[in-house]
Amino acid sequence: MSSSSTSIMDNLFQRSLEDLIKGFRLQLLGESNFISRALEEIRREIKVTDLSTKSTALHKLSYLAALHGVDMSWAAFHAVEVVSSPRFQHKRIGYEAITQSFHEQTSVLLLITNQVRKDLNSANEYEVSLALECLSRIGTHDLARDLTPEVFTLLGSSKAFVKKKAIGVVLRVFEKYPDAVKVCFKRLVENLESSDPQILSAVVGVFCELATRDPGSCLPLAPELYKVLVDSRNNWVLIKVLKIFAKLASVEPRLGKKVAEPICEHMRRTVAKSLVFECVRTVVSSLSDHEAAVKLAVAKIREFLVEDDPNLKYLGLNALSIVAPKHLWAVLENKEAVVKALSDEDPNVKLEALHLLMSMVNEDNVSEISRILMNYALKSDPFFCNEIIFSVLSACSRNAYEIIVDFDWYVSLLGEMARIPHCQRGEEIEHQLIDIGMRVRDARPQLVRVSWALLIDPALLGNLFLHPILSAAAWISGEYVEFCKNPYETVEVLLQPRTGLLPPSIRAVYIHSAFKVLIFCLRSYFSAEESTLSFSAQEFSSASSSMNAFTYESILNLVNVIELGLVPLSGTHDVEVQERTKNVLGFIGMIKQDLAEKLNLQDSETEVFRVTAFMEDVFSEELGPVSATAQDKVCVPGGLELKENLGDLEEICGEFLKPVDSVSYTDKISFSVSKLRIRDQQEASSSSSPPHEASSLLAEHRKRHGMYYLPSQKDDPDSNGTPNDYPLANELANEISPDPFNPKKKPNQSKQRPVVVKLEEGDESRNPPQAKSNIETVNDDESLSRAIQSALLVKNKGKEKDKSETNPNSGQQEKEESSRIEDHQNSEKKKKKKKKKNGERSSKHKSRGRNEVASASEQVIIPDYLL
Amino acid sequence: MIKAVMMMNTQGKPRLAKFYNYMPVEKQQELIRGVFSVLCSRPENVSNFLEIDSLFGPDSRLVYKHYATLYFVLVFDGSENELAMLDLIQVPVETLDKCFSNVCELDIVFNYSKMHAVLDEIVFGGQVLETSSAEVMKAVEEISKLEAASNSISLVPKSVSGWRGR
Repeated sequence: MSSSSTSIMDNLFQRSLEDLIKGFRLQLLGESNFISRALEEIRREIKVTDLSTKSTALHKLSYLAALHGVDMSWAAFHAVEVVSSPRFQHKRIGYEAITQSFHEQTSVLLLITNQVRKDLNSANEYEVSLALECLSRIGTHDLARDLTPEVFTLLGSSKAFVKKKAIGVVLRVFEKYPDAVKVCFKRLVENLESSDPQILSAVVGVFCELATRDPGSCLPLAPELYKVLVDSRNNWVLIKVLKIFAKLASVEPRLGKKVAEPICEHMRRTVAKSLVFECVRTVVSSLSDHEAAVKLAVAKIREFLVEDDPNLKYLGLNALSIVAPKHLWAVLENKEAVVKALSDEDPNVKLEALHLLMSMVNEDNVSEISRILMNYALKSDPFFCNEIIFSVLSACSRNAYEIIVDFDWYVSLLGEMARIPHCQRGEEIEHQLIDIGMRVRDARPQLVRVSWALLIDPALLGNLFLHPILSAAAWISGEYVEFCKNPYETVEVLLQPRTGLLPPSIRAVYIHSAFKVLIFCLRSYFSAEESTLSFSAQEFSSASSSMNAFTYESILNLVNVIELGLVPLSGTHDVEVQERTKNVLGFIGMIKQDLAEKLNLQDSETEVFRVTAFMEDVFSEELGPVSATAQDKVCVPGGLELKENLGDLEEICGEFLKPVDSVSYTDKISFSVSKLRIRDQQEASSSSSPPHEASSLLAEHRKRHGMYYLPSQKDDPDSNGTPNDYPLANELANEISPDPFNPKKKPNQSKQRPVVVKLEEGDESRNPPQAKSNIETVNDDESLSRAIQSALLVKNKGKEKDKSETNPNSGQQEKEESSRIEDHQNSEKKKKKKKKKNGERSSKHKSRGRNEVASASEQVIIPDYLL
Repeated sequence: MIKAVMMMNTQGKPRLAKFYNYMPVEKQQELIRGVFSVLCSRPENVSNFLEIDSLFGPDSRLVYKHYATLYFVLVFDGSENELAMLDLIQVPVETLDKCFSNVCELDIVFNYSKMHAVLDEIVFGGQVLETSSAEVMKAVEEISKLEAASNSISLVPKSVSGWRGR
């Protein structure tokens, strides 16, 4: 009694969904408060036995879940209860809740199988529709398997309302339970000939999805689909058929020739922009070898581009970018429209235009296009500005700066980019500045000039995004100091107090560069002295040594400036800065005494001369680009067990061993390899070996962890004369002679393209290959496509049988396929006034032979008339 | 395939959200917020398409239409045509306009259930099955009738006999 009365009270005073929504709008409590109160209510109401109360509670819960992100998985069982109600309204609420919240892992999912089956068999088409919708959304393998017979029955329904939904549900059923293909496929295919546009649209939609997953399996249906393509005047249907053919043409290129003409026909005829666009897209993406079709498509694209409607403009640009790789002329023809679109107010249009513009960049127009783009970058919003910068950077650096001829210009452009107020691509610019420094010898003077301009610009120091660029500029001024006009000023800039704004890691680069400059100055001072004394042509001579006439005073001054700038830094907290500082100060400490005491420093016996020469040696090694795949080139020496004994590696390294993603891993390896190599060469070249205690320690370490080292003889594959196909980057840079003048290439070019060091491989591999993902999806759909293929085989055989029974002269079974097609061809021929009769006869002839082959090998029969 | 249908007002409050692949509710809310943050930053009179791979995974496109205080959003993949999707938005809007004669945001707020009925007739498990608003109207009216009928049966025994029984 009491329980039933509370249920009645609940029911009477239950808030409906409408009440709930009204409550929300009043907002007396905060929203989250209100939701938790409502949830409390729902939790109570949903437990009541009365189905009306229960369903209203569930309805409210669905609403809260959909719009306010409330979890409703706990109510799964209640949804099953509600769906079993005989009342339509409850059922609808129940199904709504189920489709919304159930998934493969929902434990009560199997409980609904019988209810769904019951509703699929219902006489009320709206109940059937609810059940179908549910199956199409949450159908699992088990549900699909158990309900396949019902779906099959519904496929034959006389009510279009039910039939179209049954067709729609087939997609989910096939996907989850491929064996259903055997049962349902024939009925599905039959609907391709339906005269009802709704049914046709539904079935074409299903095949579009199937073709997307596996184009090959739908190939045998090409004749039926072709008929739809030619006959249908429904835009929805045509769009889907075009999509299917775009997919099919990718696996069977010969289809393209056949469908190109009808597609062009639609393009000329229709006024519906959606259909025109689909035709255009199909042509430019899948039929790009058919010149006439492409021409027509490009003409249509041009119409889109000049429209005022931003949607059409956007899609037109979109289509152009598809066509660009194969038919660049199409883009060039519309260049004005593209450039104009750069200043469009629509960000989509602007971006699309930018991509297009970048696709037509080549070595002749790169400077013009970059000029245009830089102007746009200056006045654009930050996002688009950086998109522009990024596009220019990546287009110009592609394939080791392939399109850049004038590196002085490009380096200046990089410097200019740094000054664009919104620039946030500091890291990429940093990378390129250094990369060009290493690869292009001739660009170094300009690099140093640009770096100098960047370093003295006080505005850049305050911009966080530009710090990487400054780091590159500092490194360049140190590394290529011989091109520097005024080393003294460079040192001043590198050690200016405002460098305190930089992060420590970059500050360390500044200090180290100042050190390099100091060494350079000392060395050129000594060598100048030497040469004036001995009058012999010294080997050591830099381009600017005569220019930088260092006097004793200027050197002294320089040392003082450096010392003054660095002393305050020797106490910083950052270890890197501190260490660099201490290094320089230590060096200065070593030479200071000599400097102060003697005026004749050219004496090679002095301490200062010796240390300077040593440091000069250390710095003189030129850095070159390193292939990202350098590590792979090192052949594994015999006797080295790479895979074994790595167990105790963990003990040694402990938790420092963390998985690193492959990209940075190879980067690190190549970096360390290059360092090693440089060190080895240094050790070989400079006789000054490391102190003895250190080498003995090293030897001991090697002895202990010997198994992790390569045998020392084979450390450098070049040293013992083993054949090595990988040229050392540094050597390469030294050996390359200036490119001989090449009249074929750029006769009007006044300036010759400087040598760019390029490693044959490895330059491109900075991006990891990403083609793997496809394979998995293929595997997923494999069973489905196999099922479809076998179903088609059965279907074709069935037809053969049918025909052979009715047809007295059944001896020519292999002609079946072609005769079926001929029927259609004949009707088509009538339309075309019997053109090209000879050509078709010969193709028929050919096809018969192919057909025999196909049936003999029990493969999927590919209809031949389309080929 | 259509991946999701959303309606939200210009303040970002969702009015309708349907995802055709199962997604946890937190993810749904995140996507709704993400879509709104992109939409609200777009000026008037620009194209109605968006590349939205960052939110919905690769090969995702979004088309939206702005009506008075509402955004109507469709998210779909490469097997749909952009312009056709733009036309498709018109179908439910037209239907709702017929249902409520001059539909406004309040109608949509208070007729959550009907909204779903309309949408379910047009998009079925992610596939477009109906594009004629007359057909949709017919089905929706039929569904309303069925619901009303099942309700009227239920009202009598529930309230009257229930009270008597006490």
